[in-house]
Amino acid sequence: MELLGLYNYWVFAVLLMVGFYAVIARPNMIKKLLGLSIFQAAVFLLYITMDKVEGGTAPIIQKGVVDAIYSNPLPQVLILTAIVVGISTTALGLALVVRIYEAYGTIEEDETQQLDMQQSDSHK
Amino acid sequence: MMTVVFGIFLLTLLVITAVAIVKEENLFTSVMLTGIFSLLMAANFFILDAADVALTEAAIGAGISTVLLLGALALTPRFERKGRTGRWLALFVVSLTTLVVMYATFEKPRLGDPNAPVHQHVAPWYLEQTPLLIDIPNVVTAVLGSYRAYDTLGEVIVVLTAGIGVLFVLGLPGAVGDRKREDLATGRTYLSHHLVPQVVGRLLIPFILLFAFYVQFHGEYGPGGGFQAGAIFAAAIILYALIEGEREALTVITPRMLMWMMSGGALLYGGVGIVTMLLGGNFLEYSVLAANPVTGQQLGIIVIELGVGITVAGVLLAIFHAFAARGR
Repeated sequence: MELLGLYNYWVFAVLLMVGFYAVIARPNMIKKLLGLSIFQAAVFLLYITMDKVEGGTAPIIQKGVVDAIYSNPLPQVLILTAIVVGISTTALGLALVVRIYEAYGTIEEDETQQLDMQQSDSHK
Repeated sequence: MMTVVFGIFLLTLLVITAVAIVKEENLFTSVMLTGIFSLLMAANFFILDAADVALTEAAIGAGISTVLLLGALALTPRFERKGRTGRWLALFVVSLTTLVVMYATFEKPRLGDPNAPVHQHVAPWYLEQTPLLIDIPNVVTAVLGSYRAYDTLGEVIVVLTAGIGVLFVLGLPGAVGDRKREDLATGRTYLSHHLVPQVVGRLLIPFILLFAFYVQFHGEYGPGGGFQAGAIFAAAIILYALIEGEREALTVITPRMLMWMMSGGALLYGGVGIVTMLLGGNFLEYSVLAANPVTGQQLGIIVIELGVGITVAGVLLAIFHAFAARGR
C-alpha cells in the first residue's frame, strides 16, 4: 500500500520514455512531435502530482471554512501556463513540418537528410 | 481509497494510450488517440485537486490541439512509412532510463504527503496571505495574476512569439475582406451538407461563447481565467469555421482583427505595468491602481486576465486559420 503512493511517479517515468522513444526512434516528423507532446505531458503529470495534499481540495478559499486543507497552488500555475505555451510551440513545429513537406515531398527524417546530401554533392 | 483506485485506473489507461500513439502507423489514428490521452490527463489532474489545470488541459489538449494536428495532417501524408522495426538500441536506452528514473522515485515523498518539501516553501504563504492582500477566493488566479505576474507576462509573450512564428512560416490567412461576398458563399465549406452537426453545432456555439466569458470573468472566484477562456473562445469560433466554412469564419473575425487581438492582449498586459509605474509603483504592482490596495490588486488581475484571454484567443485562431487557409 505504501508503494502505491509512488505509482504516479512510475507512470511519469514510463510516459516520459515512451515519448522520448518516439522522438529518437521514429523517422516520421509528425510522430516525433506527438512523442514530444507525450514527453511534455509526463512533465505536467510530475508537477501536478507534487501539488496534491492528502485530504485536501482545490486551492479556492471559501469564507467561513476554518482549517481546510488546500493543495499547493504554485505547481498548478506553472503547468497551467505551460500547457498553453506547449500547444503554441507544437503548432510552430507543425507549421515547419508542413513547409518541409512542401519543400522535400516527404516528412521522413532520413529521406530529407538523403535529399540534403544529394544536393550538397551536386553543388561540389 | 476509491479515488486512489480510480487514479491508478486512469493512469494505466494513460500509459496504454501513449504506447498506442507511438506504435500506430496510421497518423490519423494517432492524432485521435492524443485527444483521448488529453482527456484522460485532464481527469487525472482533476483527481489530483488541480481544477484550473484540468480545465486548461480539457480545453486545449482535447479540443484545440486535436484540430491543429488534423489541420497539419491534411497537408502531409497520413501514413507513416513502414520501416525497420528493430530499433533495439533506442529501446534499450529508453528501458534503462525508465528503470533509473523509477529507482530515483523511491527517494520521493509519497503522493499527498503534507510534509513534502514542496509544501514547505512559498505555498503556505500564498494560501495565508491571499485573503488579506488580494481577497479573491481562487489562489491559483492570485498567484498567476499578481505574485507571479512577470512570469505570466513572459508566457503571454512566448505564446505571441509562437503565433508570429507560425504566421511567418505558413503565411497570413487570405485577406477575405477584399473578396466579394457571393464569392465567399461558393467557397468550400466543411460540414455544410451534414445536417446533424450543423444543427447541433449552431445551437452549441452561443453557449460555448457564453461559457468562455463566464470562465474569463469568473476566474477570480472559481477555476478559470484568461488562458482557459481564450482557448474556449477560440474553440467556439473554430467550431463555427468547421460548420460554416473557414472563409465565413474569417468574415466574423477578420485577419486584421486577429492581428490586433494577438498583439493587443499582450500590450494591454504590459500597459497595466506601465500605468502602475506612472502611478509611482513598481512594474505590475497593482496596489497603486486604486485608493484601496486590495481593490487595486483585484482591478489589476481582472485587466491582465482580459489581456491574456484576448492574446490566447487571437493566437490560437490565427494558427488555426494559417493551417486551414493552406489547405484550400
